Amino acid sequence: MGIEGVGARVARKEDKRFITGGGRYVDDMVVPGMKHAVFVRSPHAHAQIKKIDVKKAQAMPGVVGVLTGKELKADGIGNLICGWMIHSKDGSPMKMGAWSPLAVDKVRYVGDAVVIVVADTKGQARDAAEAVEITYKELKAVVEATKALQAGAPQVHAEAENNLIFDWEIGDAKATDAAIKAAAHVTRMKIVNNRLVPNAMEPRAALGHYDKAEDHYTCWTTSQNPHVARLVMSAFYNVAPENKLRVIAPDVGGGFGSKIYIYPEEIVCLWASKKTGVPVKWVADRTESFLTDAHGRDHVSTVEMAFDKNNRITGLKVDTIANLGAYMSLFSSCVPTYLYATLLSGQYDIPAIHANVRTVYTNTAPVDAYRGAGRPEATYLLERTMETAARELRVSPAELRRKNFITSFPHQTPVILAYDAGDYAASLDAAMKASDYAGFASRKAEAARRGKLRGIGMSNYIEACGLAPSSAVGSLGAGVGLWESAEVRVNAVGTIEVLTGSHSHGQGHETTFAQLVTERFGVPIDSVSIVHGDTDKVQMGMGTYGSRSGAVGMSAIVKALDKVEAKAKKIAAHLLEADEGDIVIENGEVKVAGTDKSLPWFQVALASYTAHNLPAGMEPGLKETAFYDPSNFTFPAGCYICEVEIDPETGTTEIVQFVAADDFGNIINPMIVEGQVHGGIAQGIGQALLEGTHYDASGQLLTASYMDYTMPRAGDLPSFKISTSNTPCPGNPLGIKGCGEAGAIGSPPAVINAITDALGIVDIAMPASPSTVWAAIQAAKH
Amino acid sequence: MSDVSLTVNGRRVSGNAEDRTLLVHFLREHLGLTGTHVGCDTSQCGACVVHVDGRAVKSCSMLAVQASGSTVVTIEGLSNGTELHPVQAAFKEHHGLQCGFCTPGMIMTATDMISRHPEGLDEATVRAELEGNICRCTGYHNIVKAILAASQTMSKGAKGKAKQAA
Repeated sequence: MGIEGVGARVARKEDKRFITGGGRYVDDMVVPGMKHAVFVRSPHAHAQIKKIDVKKAQAMPGVVGVLTGKELKADGIGNLICGWMIHSKDGSPMKMGAWSPLAVDKVRYVGDAVVIVVADTKGQARDAAEAVEITYKELKAVVEATKALQAGAPQVHAEAENNLIFDWEIGDAKATDAAIKAAAHVTRMKIVNNRLVPNAMEPRAALGHYDKAEDHYTCWTTSQNPHVARLVMSAFYNVAPENKLRVIAPDVGGGFGSKIYIYPEEIVCLWASKKTGVPVKWVADRTESFLTDAHGRDHVSTVEMAFDKNNRITGLKVDTIANLGAYMSLFSSCVPTYLYATLLSGQYDIPAIHANVRTVYTNTAPVDAYRGAGRPEATYLLERTMETAARELRVSPAELRRKNFITSFPHQTPVILAYDAGDYAASLDAAMKASDYAGFASRKAEAARRGKLRGIGMSNYIEACGLAPSSAVGSLGAGVGLWESAEVRVNAVGTIEVLTGSHSHGQGHETTFAQLVTERFGVPIDSVSIVHGDTDKVQMGMGTYGSRSGAVGMSAIVKALDKVEAKAKKIAAHLLEADEGDIVIENGEVKVAGTDKSLPWFQVALASYTAHNLPAGMEPGLKETAFYDPSNFTFPAGCYICEVEIDPETGTTEIVQFVAADDFGNIINPMIVEGQVHGGIAQGIGQALLEGTHYDASGQLLTASYMDYTMPRAGDLPSFKISTSNTPCPGNPLGIKGCGEAGAIGSPPAVINAITDALGIVDIAMPASPSTVWAAIQAAKH
Repeated sequence: MSDVSLTVNGRRVSGNAEDRTLLVHFLREHLGLTGTHVGCDTSQCGACVVHVDGRAVKSCSMLAVQASGSTVVTIEGLSNGTELHPVQAAFKEHHGLQCGFCTPGMIMTATDMISRHPEGLDEATVRAELEGNICRCTGYHNIVKAILAASQTMSKGAKGKAKQAA
């Protein structure tokens, strides 16, 4: 490793623009003639649209156009779809209801887009939006998934009887039931995973520009995956054929899953640009983001975990109801199924598992992947249950886990996944040591003397990342492949551009990806540029989510680098009159091993472009492309330990210590990996302590601003003690497992296990806000 | 419409804006200073913090016309030419940013915080004083680290200058 190569803590190349105000986000883009859009949204959770009158609005100052769903449909724009087919256990396909980008007959949640208003200024568009007259006939709404399944509940979509989208299962029901029947002990719990709003700090935005002369569209959008956006908008929404549609995702201010999906607004802005003849920009305000960004989690489950007389787990039975909101978002179906139930084995050797999952329509915002996506729900369910089991069995929570760890690899779980490598005891030991687990009793006693209730809790998570082997996900219903592509262009002067289908929205790709190149050729990191986020520049890509940019995106770059290296060596061998096998590339020089013969790197590059003297038959140029399709998922895992102190007078929980010990496989830039863990933990603590998403019974979102939804602030969090102990991933050339989601997956159960430990209770609802904790303390007294 | 004239990053600027125009929108849309961001509608997130007459102010919480006559410094005007301000340098060195969206507001808040605490800062104070700035990426860990480091650098710098003057 050099100072800029693999494994080095290289300060980020992209930081310069962000710390000087030079970042370029969608809202910063200005196109000549650009106008501003405001969407008129449904104020009702469930209603029929009786009449839309736009006349007054059209006459308002500055208004360029006021457009409705009827016109959109007349122009052949398609409905939004879910791209992952799930079949119910009876073999029937999931029941997907129609989602028009602008509602035509019916609205199904507060925030459903109905009309777009385009005007010279945003203020004028707002004024005109208020003048749009829509007559609704209100219908009864349902917001809770369990209630939506009840007979007589309001019907959200005609296609899904009783609001049931699918009733799916995985695993062996018979074997699991038998294990529970024969068990020496069964721990039973009801587990609720609270609904969250992702809250990337940059609100979603779209700028659609139709060029009449070229019959061509450009869309600047806040996307984690611009190529997927182009593909879906072309293939399904009929906006424009791919060759007539350029999608640019410039600097994007955080995603956390919420910017994977293609939303109505970008489709409508593109269409409206053609319709009105002007470029159309829309930027969400924060309340709009709360109302319409895809939410996360929202599961209600029951679990039974069976143990034999030696405290070994013999079976796990889970029943889950997942709320998918008013419409099926792009990947909503795979989150509570293949990203959730396949992880229910956790780090444990469990011979029999069965999970049943029902997904349900309600009159709430669509629910899709949010940092972790299914894996936090699985981890929360398992790790809360393990903790409860340890308390019921009166054994150490750490030792109960250790006893049940998977210790040999590869390991085939009963729920599809085959874990390739790991050392769960190493993470557990590291976390216990870092947290001084053994010294907890004395800290608890000391806290008690100060009148505080101290508790400790752990969580041992595993996740499946590096999404994903294309043939495997295809066989499970995915509508796309999940490979990644890369192109490495060596310029004639030796500088290098890497074009990647991954997208960076905070992850630091411009640095880590460049470190790979520096490591390979020994060229300075400043001579390497990473290009991403533009479908006209990058050949193809599947984007960034599921901790895939390292394991899949960088593996594609490695493949392209292999090809560039091979060709450069051929050219150098020819020029130096040496054997190809003797050529080595290091420190920016191409050398013949064991001799003093060498060429500077740039001369090999230049020779490839002058093409005056290349090996016979060789094409000029030094530029290679590669597609990488992973052979398996990757399996990051780790152990988190949280220690809390609760003030019994106020119910306030202070996190006094938070330890993370992760196994991410090989690491390219430890500084960036640590940052990912910090951020993930903060979101997990947010879920556990602060973030509650509340709809009232009529479907109004009560927590639709930062005055009502508690975002984690600096004062709510401690500094974190984190470490890694890594087992390289055997499945990809870099040995990378991925680190983007771990913090958000592992931390919520650690926090809740600590709080329930402090209070001596079995369970408490997330978020465990002061009032919830205080109420639990009072209830425990009686 | 109102006339607005102010000094921004050392340059006298003026314009004509709708009465309802917020300072942040005047900076972004009239002056093209897009480093100042809008992350919420309720003056909570702090992505829009700038310095108005030497104090950190959420530029979404005042009208452009109210700021008329003031001296404003935005993130674009913080560094001294090509040399980064110590707070900017510390954010880079300590990885105090990821997506970069909250960063300008964080840095403007941090510089104000450091100058209000010439005696130095501790972690608890930094965390408490970041109440008005939300970051979703970093978990604040490295932001706190960066601000503490910048505070040290700046107090050393100030002492160095004081020594030179003496």
